[in-house]
Amino acid sequence: MEFTRRETLALGLGAAAMMVLPLRANASATDDLIAEFTGGADLADTGITLTAPEIAENGNTVPIEVSAPGASEIVVFATGNPVPPVAQFSFGPLAGSQTAATRIRLAKTQDVVAVARMADGSFARATQLVKVTIGGCGG
Amino acid sequence: MISRRDFLQASMAAAALWGGSGFGGWSRLAAQQRLTQDDLIGGGSFGNVTLIHLTDLHAQLTPIYFREPEINIGVGANAGVVPHLTGADFRRRYGIDDGSPAHYALTYDDFTALAQGYGRMGGVDRIATVVNAIRADRPDALLLDGGDTWQGSYTCHHTAGQDMVNVMSALKPDAMTFHWEFTLGSERVHEIVQGLPYAALGQNIFDAEWDEPAELFKPYEFFETGGVQVAVIGQAFPYMPIANPGWMFPEYSFGIRDEHMQQMVDEVRAKGAELVVCLSHNGLDVDKKMAGIVTGIDVILSGHTHDALPEPVQVGDTIIVASGSHGKFVSRVDLDVRDGRMMGFRHRLIPVFSDVIAPDADIAALIEAQRAPFRPQLTEVIGQTDSLLYRRGNFNGSWDDVICDALLSEREAQIALSPGVRWGPSLLPGQDITREDIFGVTAISYPEAYRTEMKGEFLKIVLEDVADNIFNPDPYYQQGGDMVRTGGLGYRIDVSQPQGARISDMTLLATGAPIDASSSYVVAGWASVNEGTEGPPIWEVVENHIRELGSVRVEPNTSVEVSGI
Repeated sequence: MEFTRRETLALGLGAAAMMVLPLRANASATDDLIAEFTGGADLADTGITLTAPEIAENGNTVPIEVSAPGASEIVVFATGNPVPPVAQFSFGPLAGSQTAATRIRLAKTQDVVAVARMADGSFARATQLVKVTIGGCGG
Repeated sequence: MISRRDFLQASMAAAALWGGSGFGGWSRLAAQQRLTQDDLIGGGSFGNVTLIHLTDLHAQLTPIYFREPEINIGVGANAGVVPHLTGADFRRRYGIDDGSPAHYALTYDDFTALAQGYGRMGGVDRIATVVNAIRADRPDALLLDGGDTWQGSYTCHHTAGQDMVNVMSALKPDAMTFHWEFTLGSERVHEIVQGLPYAALGQNIFDAEWDEPAELFKPYEFFETGGVQVAVIGQAFPYMPIANPGWMFPEYSFGIRDEHMQQMVDEVRAKGAELVVCLSHNGLDVDKKMAGIVTGIDVILSGHTHDALPEPVQVGDTIIVASGSHGKFVSRVDLDVRDGRMMGFRHRLIPVFSDVIAPDADIAALIEAQRAPFRPQLTEVIGQTDSLLYRRGNFNGSWDDVICDALLSEREAQIALSPGVRWGPSLLPGQDITREDIFGVTAISYPEAYRTEMKGEFLKIVLEDVADNIFNPDPYYQQGGDMVRTGGLGYRIDVSQPQGARISDMTLLATGAPIDASSSYVVAGWASVNEGTEGPPIWEVVENHIRELGSVRVEPNTSVEVSGI
């Protein structure tokens, strides 16, 4: 479970505690939503790909793509947004591929999480940190 | 025939690669006053493919002084490793003698004294001599320009890049990739690229609206050289719309896009590429990470972060070559490609000592033709400097101190902010400061020196945000510049902390009072990425300031205290 791993990391890195605390609060809301979606089932780390920029060019419109071969449904959460659920894609049995692309708005730097429900009822998750920055100075 | 001096064969256990770097020998020759052009350029080819890499010229057509950084901190996995070694640590790592030409070319200390002895470096007319000498050995060598070529000088600014396009085209490169070029604005970039006599590459240059590869920039180009099918894949600077004003090129989106890079590598391999070269403007830390993720790239020619490495960095089966900036160096990479794979390499970082390497007459005349119309403006003496003026360093540079002082006094501000760019030639104590010199550290297409009010809490956000662009432990979240320079404002930074916790003890230097989060301060700065920024161009502000001073003296800057290294 990624939440547990992050908690462990937080314990191990005393110096990073300041940053980890607010993330945990956000992650916890998302984790509840994920648990609701999966019914508490285990989440595999493979089988789903989430493609998102490392640093958003514009936080108001961030292109993302999710792909999970064999999925019947994919949900996307922006863990740091006031309302984390941002997208839900359903794929029927005749779908040619289980891939979807859209643009989402991100309020700040945060993890974007995608969870897929596979045809066999199992679940998989992918996470990517997307940084929303005020811009800076290039070399 | 390869002499022992040129060819230090090293076995690399991890891969079936073997290679060597032709660095080192000439430093002893110089000590004996026998440094010659042939010693610098070397001779004799190896293998069957030769790459010539030139990057981050920043429009420096003529020889310049350029002091390398003293402070260049690496974080995470890059702490204390190449390219984050400076000064004596760098010299020890590469076996460079103190006081040698390599010491002068590659490290910062004793810069003024060594510069007097060894002179200026670079100049595209000298680079042409190097390129011609390599082509004499290997006529079909590929010349690859890593970008940041069409920005950074008076003539480049006033011709919207045309001087650089004219001179570089005469060198007949095979391909280039991009960064600051886009700050000419997309219309001008389109105009130049459509007529460019060599490939304009960027697998990560996407159409912003449709998020698909942009039509004008090909992801890769094939070249047949030495009987080998070579694919060169371009990688433009990933964070252009964030680090530079995205409104100047709104049609484009960038990003690292390593999945797409992998697709391109697989595609060119499927089409028969025997050697895959990535011409990159990622910056060296990003390239090191990318080389560990994307498989199948043989050589990354790395630009952006201005690192000059005497030997390639090897990550898995990929070698990464970094060739410095401002025309100080040209890298020559000879490769032995057989049976569809790279079997070995010979690498040479060629330092372009302008007093040793003869200028190519044709290119010298062409450069002169670009400069002649602007001669009176370029050469006008604005003042003198008593101090060494340089820019590189993670937190400050003496040129930036002058610029910040100019902003504080000319714009009547309490705090000045100057961007942490890594380009701009140095000046030695006692030199005149000409208008050309001022443009050398300020010439951008969004030069407005703004004056505004910022609350203390916002200033903290700015410093934290920029610090994370440099000190995020994951290179993919770094933008490859240095810290924003501050005038009138001191602070402490713990580079080991996460974003939000790095900056502390912000102090208004004029009074010694702590910066108050809810108070407003008058802030002057330049190079804002926001559209509609107003103010006089920064070069006017700096010129007026230097005129008033007459001569410039910069005291050591102690306003930033660094910890967590």
